[in-house]
Amino acid sequence: MHFHLTEEQAAIQEAVRGTLADHWSLERLHVFADGDADFDRGSWEALMALGLGGVLAPDSGTGLLEAALVCEVAGEVAAPGPLVGQLLAVAAIAHRDGRDADLLEALTSGTKTVSLVHGGSSYALCARSVDQFLVVDRARGVRLVGAADATIEPVRASDRSRPASRVEIATDAGYSLFAADHPMTARLADAALVLVAADALGGAQKVTDMSVAYAKEREQFGQPIGRFQGLKHQLAHMALDVEPARALVWYAAYAWDADLPDAARAAAMAKAHLCDIYVRATRAAVAAHGGIGYTWEYGLHYWFRRAAFNRAWLGSPAEHRARAAELAGW
Amino acid sequence: MDLSYGEAAEAFRGEVRAFLASHWPPTNELRGTELKNFIREFRRQATEQGYLYRAIPKRYGGSEQPVDVIRAQVIREEFQRARAPMEVGGNGMNMTVPTLLEKGTEEQRELFVRKTLEGDYIWGQGYSEPGAGSDLASVRTKGELSADGTKWIINGQKIWTSQGMQATHMFMLVRTEPDAPKHDGITYLLIDLDQSGVTRRPIRQMTGEEGDHTFCEFFFDNAETPVAWQVGDRGQGWYVSRTTLKHERASIGGADGLGRQFAKLVELAKEVNRIDDPLVRDKLTQIEGFVLSHRYSSYRIFSCAAAGDDPGPVSLMMKLLLTEIGHEMALLAQELLGEHAFVEPAGAGGRGNRGPRGPEKWMDQIMGSLGNSIAGGTSNIQRNIIGERGLGLPRDLAISAER
Repeated sequence: MHFHLTEEQAAIQEAVRGTLADHWSLERLHVFADGDADFDRGSWEALMALGLGGVLAPDSGTGLLEAALVCEVAGEVAAPGPLVGQLLAVAAIAHRDGRDADLLEALTSGTKTVSLVHGGSSYALCARSVDQFLVVDRARGVRLVGAADATIEPVRASDRSRPASRVEIATDAGYSLFAADHPMTARLADAALVLVAADALGGAQKVTDMSVAYAKEREQFGQPIGRFQGLKHQLAHMALDVEPARALVWYAAYAWDADLPDAARAAAMAKAHLCDIYVRATRAAVAAHGGIGYTWEYGLHYWFRRAAFNRAWLGSPAEHRARAAELAGW
Repeated sequence: MDLSYGEAAEAFRGEVRAFLASHWPPTNELRGTELKNFIREFRRQATEQGYLYRAIPKRYGGSEQPVDVIRAQVIREEFQRARAPMEVGGNGMNMTVPTLLEKGTEEQRELFVRKTLEGDYIWGQGYSEPGAGSDLASVRTKGELSADGTKWIINGQKIWTSQGMQATHMFMLVRTEPDAPKHDGITYLLIDLDQSGVTRRPIRQMTGEEGDHTFCEFFFDNAETPVAWQVGDRGQGWYVSRTTLKHERASIGGADGLGRQFAKLVELAKEVNRIDDPLVRDKLTQIEGFVLSHRYSSYRIFSCAAAGDDPGPVSLMMKLLLTEIGHEMALLAQELLGEHAFVEPAGAGGRGNRGPRGPEKWMDQIMGSLGNSIAGGTSNIQRNIIGERGLGLPRDLAISAER
């Protein structure tokens, strides 16, 4: 029985945290957000240099849990980049019979980049910069589509850390990796839900930590405001939302890795729950900070915007709750 | 991550099952005293096997087993599956015994531990007073030494004592040094409740619950207890009591219980034909997100305990989380009940034989969920604990001024 992080898993997460936090200070995030780019090659290469691009490859000794730990840190620092699509593309290609070794190597090392397109969605992250799109559609299967075969229309993106573009892809573009009824199609769709839940977990924890730190340092009425019970209890509730939910993400990742019968449902529950919590945490964080939290410069809005994106991306909490109810046989 | 218990634990499970198969249940014709004696003998044998009273030294009637949370979990699971009685529960096992093992004298352990394990002594908690709730250290029940210095003479009132009508003994916090600072003037005493200076009265709760199984208030009018029954030093009772509250916190919780209650809520939605209502399905799954967070966090805490790792602040959150989920379930149950809520459930709030009960039985949970916000540390106190001990926020000014 083991249901907490091993030293090795904690070390993976620390390594990612060190690398991404180095690259994505608030100052750097401001510069990126005020620029035109939807991708940052330097930080991407640094992340990929850790060798985690292949974390979902079947022979890697790691799995969705480790992938979730990576995505959690990306959510924590609000890192740009098409991380979810990239990690899933490796899983997809590696699980194919007669797989393309060169492509797999390029995806694993991150020299070729892939963004996820959720079936039915008209948007994709980093679409102007990636080489390929991984289209995951429960109803139509999984396809890999070259950027040249997609129509990409830039928009003024609300999530400034991971700018999205409008993307149009014909249903027969690129080539099919898995048909709709292939088990990998549903598994990839489920894995995507868990990774977005992990990003939400990291972000929700981050804004909670920021709020707690601010409450210890900011003084009013001659006291650190964190001493006042009204705020203290709000912060306690933020933590009460976030910390127990961590185990929900772990379980969903573990269930996927172990291919447990409730893996699909656990993924739906984690996506719905964490994305709800992320929105609530970022709202509470702005409230806990007062005026400074409402400024552009302080930066809380990066997580606020990312929370709004995560909530709608791959389907809203209500949609996944409806699926979870169905999957429970109610 | 791996939720299986491992081969050694599964082999151990086989042993426990074999024991239960040959020792439980009793034959159908056993009743009354005979049944009681059977259960007593069953517990004795289970203890001999090392299944019960694992933390208690053998010389006091325990089985004195090395700490092994996995084995303890297997034992719980198998005893529950067989519906076999586990340890005698209540305040005695949760609070008196651990306190005596840690802080009591040898004479006190000899006198009380075995009798408590065997269910002969039932302990009431004498902490809260009408004027001392969350601010427990403000207790005013007075203890004075008799002229010959051999007895404590106790005057005052205690309240919210569970199992108060059955209790044979009480552990209590009593002010013995009225001039000392608040936390340093309290002594921890044990007292025999069967004496003329003690009057008990059941409190009728909002559930309507009253009679033998409810909370009591106690009045002490020159009640007496030997000085030898004082636990820890005079004036140090506050610090003695700190060990016991931890034990109570650990014994609330219970992920399985919450899971079962949620499953019943789903059954209720089916029973009242609302399970196809999208609003109900959404609300159920929304609540379930928290139920599962609680369950998997309990796995996490359990896993950390097995490995000797610190789970961090999540363990401070489990009680409040459980309470908050209980409120959400109560609100949904209220919606699902509809006009069933017009009927008072049979045996409202009580135990014993309640006969057949319909959906209206949820009124018990609906009211009971409020009790959870109060008992064992109120929700606002839990929020303080999470904020201060978990998040490191500064203590409340009024409280820090006292220390």
